[in-house]
Amino acid sequence: MGSLVVLILIVAACVAAPLYANNIAHVDAFASNVQGTYTLNGVTGPVLVNSTEGLGLGVTPIGPTWNFSTYFLGADNQGRDVFARILYGGRNSLLIGFVSAVLCCMLAGLVGVVAGYFGKGVDAVLSRALDVLWAFPVYLLAICLSVVLINTTLTIGPWTLTSGSLLLPILIIGIIYVPYVARPIRGQVMSLREREFVQAAVGAGAKDSRLLRRELLPNVLPTLIVFLPLMTAINMLTESALSFLSIGVQPPDASWGTIINDGVGLLYTRPMVAIAPGIILAITAVALNLLGDGVRDALDPKARLRGSL
Amino acid sequence: MKLRLVVGTATFASLVLVLAACTSDGSTTSNTSGSASSAAGGAYDPAHAGGTLTLLAKSAGGTLDPQINYTLQYWQLYQAAYDGLTSFKKVDGADSFTVVPDLAEKIPQATRGGKTYVFTMRKGIKFSDGTPVTTDDVVASFQRIFKVSSPTAGSFYNGIVGADACLNTPATCTLAGGVVGDKAAGTVTINLTAPDPEFLYKLSVPHASILPASAPSKDAGTTPIPTTGPYMFKSYDPNTSLVMVRNPYFKLWSQDAQPQAYADEIDYKFGLTVEAEVTAVENGQANWLFDPPPADRLAEIGSEYASQAHVNTLTAYWYAPMNVNIPPFNNVKARQAVNWAIDRNALVKLYGGPELAAPVCTILPPDFPGHVDNCQYTNPAGSTWQGPDLAKAKQLVQESGTAGQPVTIIVSDDEVNAAMGEYLQSVLNSIGYKATVKAISGNVQFTYIQNTKNNVQISLTSWYQDYPAASDFLNVLLGCASFTPGSDSSINIAGFCDKTIQAQMDAALKTEQTSMDAANKQWAAVDQAVMTASPQAPLITPKLIDFLSADTGNYQFSKQFYMLVSQLWVK
Repeated sequence: MGSLVVLILIVAACVAAPLYANNIAHVDAFASNVQGTYTLNGVTGPVLVNSTEGLGLGVTPIGPTWNFSTYFLGADNQGRDVFARILYGGRNSLLIGFVSAVLCCMLAGLVGVVAGYFGKGVDAVLSRALDVLWAFPVYLLAICLSVVLINTTLTIGPWTLTSGSLLLPILIIGIIYVPYVARPIRGQVMSLREREFVQAAVGAGAKDSRLLRRELLPNVLPTLIVFLPLMTAINMLTESALSFLSIGVQPPDASWGTIINDGVGLLYTRPMVAIAPGIILAITAVALNLLGDGVRDALDPKARLRGSL
Repeated sequence: MKLRLVVGTATFASLVLVLAACTSDGSTTSNTSGSASSAAGGAYDPAHAGGTLTLLAKSAGGTLDPQINYTLQYWQLYQAAYDGLTSFKKVDGADSFTVVPDLAEKIPQATRGGKTYVFTMRKGIKFSDGTPVTTDDVVASFQRIFKVSSPTAGSFYNGIVGADACLNTPATCTLAGGVVGDKAAGTVTINLTAPDPEFLYKLSVPHASILPASAPSKDAGTTPIPTTGPYMFKSYDPNTSLVMVRNPYFKLWSQDAQPQAYADEIDYKFGLTVEAEVTAVENGQANWLFDPPPADRLAEIGSEYASQAHVNTLTAYWYAPMNVNIPPFNNVKARQAVNWAIDRNALVKLYGGPELAAPVCTILPPDFPGHVDNCQYTNPAGSTWQGPDLAKAKQLVQESGTAGQPVTIIVSDDEVNAAMGEYLQSVLNSIGYKATVKAISGNVQFTYIQNTKNNVQISLTSWYQDYPAASDFLNVLLGCASFTPGSDSSINIAGFCDKTIQAQMDAALKTEQTSMDAANKQWAAVDQAVMTASPQAPLITPKLIDFLSADTGNYQFSKQFYMLVSQLWVK
């Protein structure tokens, strides 16, 4: 329950990003503000401060003011409000993580159920396809796909995905994890297929489509639901990794990964730019994992019992 | 040239390169108040000879072949290893732009209306393998420029008689009638097809190094070619290190052209991150780092290690070329709008602050031949940069009818370029475009943006002088001959070819044969004409930081080839 509350708070804060940016901080989280100024306690100064010590080399963004109305967590190297960008970035990170997890679970459920139920040739083909996908290290595959696709306009039939579209990381991340979910689903279906209630339905003359819809799918659905928060956490981390490598969310859009990337160049002088999104990302991932455990316990009391023993 | 570009092939046949440094007031500002004393170009002090100089770079600079490599990283080293018939004077400050005789006894007077040079070779000079330098080596070296398809073969040396045939069939290049050696007299005659007032500059860059006639007629790669200077290359592994040791056959013949070196050995190590390089120099574990220090270490270097940092202005500029042949920048108002909209001071900040860069309004950098302070796109009006005019920019975009069009900015993926690209994206969005920024590897970005097949609309790049002549910027970057559609070697990135302006440039080149001063006035006019047409937006002129360890002394900065490595002492 605690994890759910934390998640709700994070999601609510991210949803309220425009509210914060427009009405509290009065900043544009996406426009460069290199020459911008800020006013705090009646004192006005530049957001990016030229060094005045020694040879006067370097420019440093202002650090955290801990004042919600003025660069709460400081500014990045473009003079943008880091806290506002973290809130906006959270929207993208959570959106990509969740939607790609849904996509992954749907595809995996479909592939796993079909392969597990029909077996033989269908299973062989689908399983080998999953093997091929599984053979690639997941991050390497994601990086390869992202490098090829993220900066190009992708046209598939009537659909066109423009460069920088969030749908691209969603599709890429959603697809690369399919084998990780489809495998256990397939195994579960193969087991269910031999169970008495399925055999009874077969004996009663049920068609394949009915068996899949009415007997098998409802039984694997709890597994998919348990997978959903776990995959959301994993996908969010993957998205952050890709964005950190500049092949996920594209500027000026933000995600927690892009903000961490922005912060790498400021680690010595303004570490908060990298640390803050990192902490929020970690908290969110932990909360999602705990939520996944909770859902599993709720849907499978025997597992909870085993866990307590 | 591109400052950190690694070029191992002849992809940049049209590039011209130079490296220099002077401040906005024309004086060198390098901080020479370091802890170690300085000879400052004075007499050689044997008390400081010896020791090992350790240099650091994130990565190696490519091939070791001096006639092919086109990087500042190795051109700096070649100054202490290879010699041409002439060279730039190896001294600190403005005098380093002076061409002096090197392997030749003296600079000859051009005859036949400026088309013939007869060089008399110095006697007694040997390569590092012990073989004497002869006129045969000189002739073979000029042939080799074409045989190995040196990046500047088609731009620097295409005026030599016979060069056309060599460019067409490099393997059988003889330069018959173009470069003629007389072994008995010890002379080499170079005949040009037309007078070239910049020819001596071109003879003084590493691509015109004199190598043994036995040097392979292909890229030598990691195999060292014997040298004539105080150092020779001992070993080279691009993954780990490059080691230079003293050339046992080197004897001083000209302090100006090739001074004696101090350190016994130079170890150039590769593979550390730039952060680690800075830390190593701070700790005295290395003497110098090639890479620019990371932005978040600048303040620390400038304050805690100020005495070890040397900052010098470069005759170079960063600019945003706009493709004049495709929308939206095939409309002059759209291009002018970009020039009005960009706040150069913002880019100065992104580069590291006003001590590391300055805004520019012209193609020719400040204190460069032909430069005149004149700023067409500044608000309020002035001869130097004051500020942007967004309202005017928006108005021009509306008038051009290009508002709302998508624009992709292609930038290199390093920290500074990516930050500037993001800023440009923000600016373009603010004046009415739908801008995206694409950051691609610095190894390919420069060639990518040159090729018209990639339909690059606007990009971010930089240019560093090859030698101190206005044509090296204006004619090279914006001349019609520099635009080759569909080629990776089309250095006129904007694809700009204005017949009127080209005629002005041709006239200035012709005037150079009689009066450089008069020619420079013409170049200044060309600069303004180009800025009116706005095929590019000049942004900043950068400065260079050399960060040395506390125990490294005798820092000298050549405006032509930057820090003189051979003059550093570690004892």
